[in-house]
Amino acid sequence: MTVSIKVRYFASLKELLGRGENALEFDQDLSVADVWAKATGLHAMPENTLAALNMEYVALDCVVADGDEVAFFPPVTGG
Amino acid sequence: MIKIVSTEFDPFAEIQTYQKKQQALSGRYGATNIFIGTMRDFNEGELVKGMTLEHYPGMTEKQLAVVVQEAEQQWAFLDALVIHRVGDVFPDDVLVLVAVWSVHRGDAFDASRFIMEALKSKVPFWKKEILVDDQSRWVAKNTKGYL
Repeated sequence: MTVSIKVRYFASLKELLGRGENALEFDQDLSVADVWAKATGLHAMPENTLAALNMEYVALDCVVADGDEVAFFPPVTGG
Repeated sequence: MIKIVSTEFDPFAEIQTYQKKQQALSGRYGATNIFIGTMRDFNEGELVKGMTLEHYPGMTEKQLAVVVQEAEQQWAFLDALVIHRVGDVFPDDVLVLVAVWSVHRGDAFDASRFIMEALKSKVPFWKKEILVDDQSRWVAKNTKGYL
């Protein structure tokens, strides 16, 4: 079965990658960390990168499912 | 109530309007604690002339709601109003308002401090500063909140 997900990047990561999002399709189980490697083509994730799955914070070993939205971003600095 | 706004707002007018509308508060609140965060024109030893506040629409609102719920589990307050600015901002612009209404002062003081600190560590907003020479830089992390 093919799994389709949306991958989003914010702030300095968006600038680093030169895009705010991309679609990704695959047909095996992937963790959030695998998604990073496959979607960005970069092995190393910048230090302190945070990950969200469907707008909730998740650990990098969390497995993604069809229709999910995965996001990567640097530490937040609002307020 | 949680609001994300992309234009300038007057925190005092927002508090007044909101308080008047919330009939359930009438006669019950003995304390209102207000925190207003404003943009400075300096940071880390450099003059800053503007800033862009980026956010993750959807997740921002969701995480702010989680923060307010966590506060509700710890303190007995009656209502909270959180407004955060996004987009292009300039020195003296208000960036964030946290107002908490409670029966007694302790709950309003503590809950608003908690909401503000949790907002700064969990809610997906990012600041990019524009310096006076037009160079820009991302703010890498928050300060501990003291000079």
